[in-house]
Amino acid sequence: MLKTIRRILAAFSFIFITLLFLDFTGTLQKWFGWLARIQFLPAIMALNLAVIIALILITIVFGRIYCSVICPLGIFQDLISWMSGKRKKKKMRFSYSPEKKWIRYGVFVLFAIALISGIHAFVSILAPYSSYGRIAQNLFSPVYLWMNNFLAFIAEKADSFAFYSKDVWIKSLPTFVIAALTFAIIFILAWKNGRTYCNTVCPVGTILSFFSRFSLFRPIINTEKCKTCHICERKCKAACIDLKTHKIDYSRCVDCFDCIDNCRFDAMEYRFAYGVKPKNGSSGNGGEHDLKNENSSGKLSRRAFLTTTAIAVTAATVKAGEKKIDGGLAMITDKKIPERKERLTPFGSVSIDHFYDCCTACQLCVSVCPNEILRPSVELEYLMQPVMSYERGYCRPECVKCSEVCPSGAILKITPEEKTAIHIGTAVVDYDLCVVNTDNVNCGNCARHCPAGAIRMLRKDPDNRESLRIPSVIEERCIGCGACENLCPSRPYSAIHVDGLKIHRTD
Amino acid sequence: MKDHISRRNFLKITGAGSVALGAAAATSGCLKRAGNNNPLSGNDNTSPGKMEYRNNPGNGDKVSLLGFGCMRWPMTKDKDGKDIVDQDIVNTLVDYAFKHGVNYYDTSPAYLEGQSEKAAGIALGRYPRKSYYLATKLSNFKTWTSEASKRMYRDSMEQLQTDYFDYYLLHAIGMNGFEGFENRYVNNGILDFLLEERKAGRIRNLGFSFHGTKDSFDSFLKLHDIYHWDFVQIELNYLDWEHAKIPRNVNADYLYGELEKRKIPVIVMEPLLGGRLVNVPDNIADKLKGREPEKSIASWAFRFAGSLPDVLTVLSGMTSMEHLQDNINTFSHFKPLSPEESGFLKETADLISEYPVIPCNDCKYCMPCPYGIDIPGIFKHFNKCVNDGFIARTKEQEDYNRLKKAYLVSYDRSIASMRQANHCIGCKQCIEHCPQSIMIPNELHKIDSYIERLKRGTLK
Repeated sequence: MLKTIRRILAAFSFIFITLLFLDFTGTLQKWFGWLARIQFLPAIMALNLAVIIALILITIVFGRIYCSVICPLGIFQDLISWMSGKRKKKKMRFSYSPEKKWIRYGVFVLFAIALISGIHAFVSILAPYSSYGRIAQNLFSPVYLWMNNFLAFIAEKADSFAFYSKDVWIKSLPTFVIAALTFAIIFILAWKNGRTYCNTVCPVGTILSFFSRFSLFRPIINTEKCKTCHICERKCKAACIDLKTHKIDYSRCVDCFDCIDNCRFDAMEYRFAYGVKPKNGSSGNGGEHDLKNENSSGKLSRRAFLTTTAIAVTAATVKAGEKKIDGGLAMITDKKIPERKERLTPFGSVSIDHFYDCCTACQLCVSVCPNEILRPSVELEYLMQPVMSYERGYCRPECVKCSEVCPSGAILKITPEEKTAIHIGTAVVDYDLCVVNTDNVNCGNCARHCPAGAIRMLRKDPDNRESLRIPSVIEERCIGCGACENLCPSRPYSAIHVDGLKIHRTD
Repeated sequence: MKDHISRRNFLKITGAGSVALGAAAATSGCLKRAGNNNPLSGNDNTSPGKMEYRNNPGNGDKVSLLGFGCMRWPMTKDKDGKDIVDQDIVNTLVDYAFKHGVNYYDTSPAYLEGQSEKAAGIALGRYPRKSYYLATKLSNFKTWTSEASKRMYRDSMEQLQTDYFDYYLLHAIGMNGFEGFENRYVNNGILDFLLEERKAGRIRNLGFSFHGTKDSFDSFLKLHDIYHWDFVQIELNYLDWEHAKIPRNVNADYLYGELEKRKIPVIVMEPLLGGRLVNVPDNIADKLKGREPEKSIASWAFRFAGSLPDVLTVLSGMTSMEHLQDNINTFSHFKPLSPEESGFLKETADLISEYPVIPCNDCKYCMPCPYGIDIPGIFKHFNKCVNDGFIARTKEQEDYNRLKKAYLVSYDRSIASMRQANHCIGCKQCIEHCPQSIMIPNELHKIDSYIERLKRGTLK
């Protein structure tokens, strides 16, 4: 029964969190956006005290059910482990293994240091919800989009506008590679040993374990009924039931209730642990390290990190200018990313520092950005955290999707009206590239599309009424949306580009 | 063998009068457009009829009233992914047209960046030169020098595998006014050269094709006394008859009337306005189909042009077998419009002219836009939306959301984002190339502004 409830809740969270990353139209956000906001690390980043306290209280009362029904990465591992268990002779593939304290607390200390000192990339790699977000965004989303595009193709044939096609592109190769490696590691660990990742690497798992040790309700072995058949131990994907001593390591138990479900002698109960003195079953502290049958996952993920950064460097050099050719139409060179004095962060992110301090690189904003502006950064300092650029589109005035989805408070919620009063950057003209100068033609496309009226077209020769006009930016008015940069005819570098503001300005 | 076929075709064309007529008349009312026929099969599902011919009063040429316009040919990709003419299909189309009596073929070195003439030359080269009339043009749009123009003239002969032209045109004069004409043809001595060529018999008929204002047309006709134009090619259809975009264009009834006065044979181009008289709004389609359910919408436009007695031939660009068969059907059982039908088409034209479509005929003379805009594509999409009723007027209207989605989704489907109207910088380089004198940048900016209002939800 408990297991069934757990499974239903888990299925709900998992399906809708995944859909949040897949749904590029942003419609699900309204109803299920809260699922991202109740994730532990994003809530910490957003200083969302209500959620943090609620999650801790839940853990103190019920144990780590967060890991079983809320965390998408945890549920994802259960899914893999379940599939693995469907194989013949693998139904009882777990066994007790003592806590890997050194790795567990080592990783946690490193994580805490990284979090405090702002080593964002390290924090992002370990953040469980964000890891899953990256997997969903980089690996599941393309499949989803291809299916969508196939439907769009059919819809087009049928003259229907129900589906429209979306570009599938790798927004950042390093992030893609990290997502793929995370997926591979998680998959192997979960396939072989269930919840190893959650109990040896995951920092959120470690934080919650501090509370779950003392949880009020917990699975308890009734030694009078127990026939020491070891089925519960062999079914425990957290490897935390030591039946020799009849002890359960509650710091690792994720409340999956598989043990209770499988016990043939009713010797397992989920009940209040205090008051009635339990005969046995406080924290089982296995003292020895049994490295023989365990993958050293800490080592693995560290290695993965090193490999990734190496790949990232080579990837950056491979990316060359792509050109498009089609008959009868002039060739268009793809735009290149300009060098910006200061990076661009989304409207609502308050300041560059605020944005990167709060962001857990979950990729939700990247997934929903309809204008293909947000993409994960490739720089080591901000690895995988989003950065904005205007080669494929610009930040449209009516769109505030990223601010609506951000669960960690990195992008605060704004309305389109508020957006018009926020300045995230300032446009700068490069007169050597401007087509008015290079091609000697009329243009003004930047001024025509500026939603803030910040660009004036001034006569090149003030005395000549017929003179061509060149753009000039009124800095105070410019909001930094990038319409000018994106629609500038100069290629591959636009003649007008936006430099970010360290601290966003509000009128 | 080849000779045998050709001779048979030749006999068929010239001796069309001897073809039996009875069966044709009986079946003419129940013809359908060939829908799902393999375009290459050349299946003859056109009931036998008799191609309508007109006499050129100048030299007695017997010209089929349906002329084959070669501005567009079916295209395919070569192994490098470049667009090239699909010669096999071209040959099949020409064979079919030939077999059914089409004997006038009109091309230009400017079409398909020169590929049109070459393909026409290959397809027609398989027939005796005397069995068809060949028309091409001096399309010296960019370089006006005497040498370059003469080279273009000689290249045409080579490409078309001939040593004489039946009809030779000064291409699209009037577009840059009378001055442009003088620069392109008079001051560089090219017109004198062409008059010499006519004298030598290498140009059997010399004329011009016209796009432009009334004044310039009048000036060109005044030159008739000096040069003696053997024919003039004009844009003529039931919409342009009284609804041309004045003042930059001229109503076709005026053009035709002036030519009629001077007994100059008329060759009709744009009988369908680049397809705009086929892709009509639903209520127009209902009106036309309501009267003649089994006749194509296009057939009305062809009958309109063909009913004018001084029209020598009506050019139609036929890139698919279905269109070719439909047109041959129209012209093989040619029925001039009755006065009542003329009135009906005039009404229809009045109705069509009220739709705010952009008069783009997809001729692509404006292309390539140096900044990569897909100008004809954007206009075509806009016009389709106008005709399909997909343009929203206000945000309050009931089906606003549906119309918005329909417009934006179909826009992204038909035009790559980098080639959409918001990338038009307004450099105006396209304007002078447009035979319809569309103020292209203005129209693009208007469309862009409409899209912007849709996206922002600021449509009133």
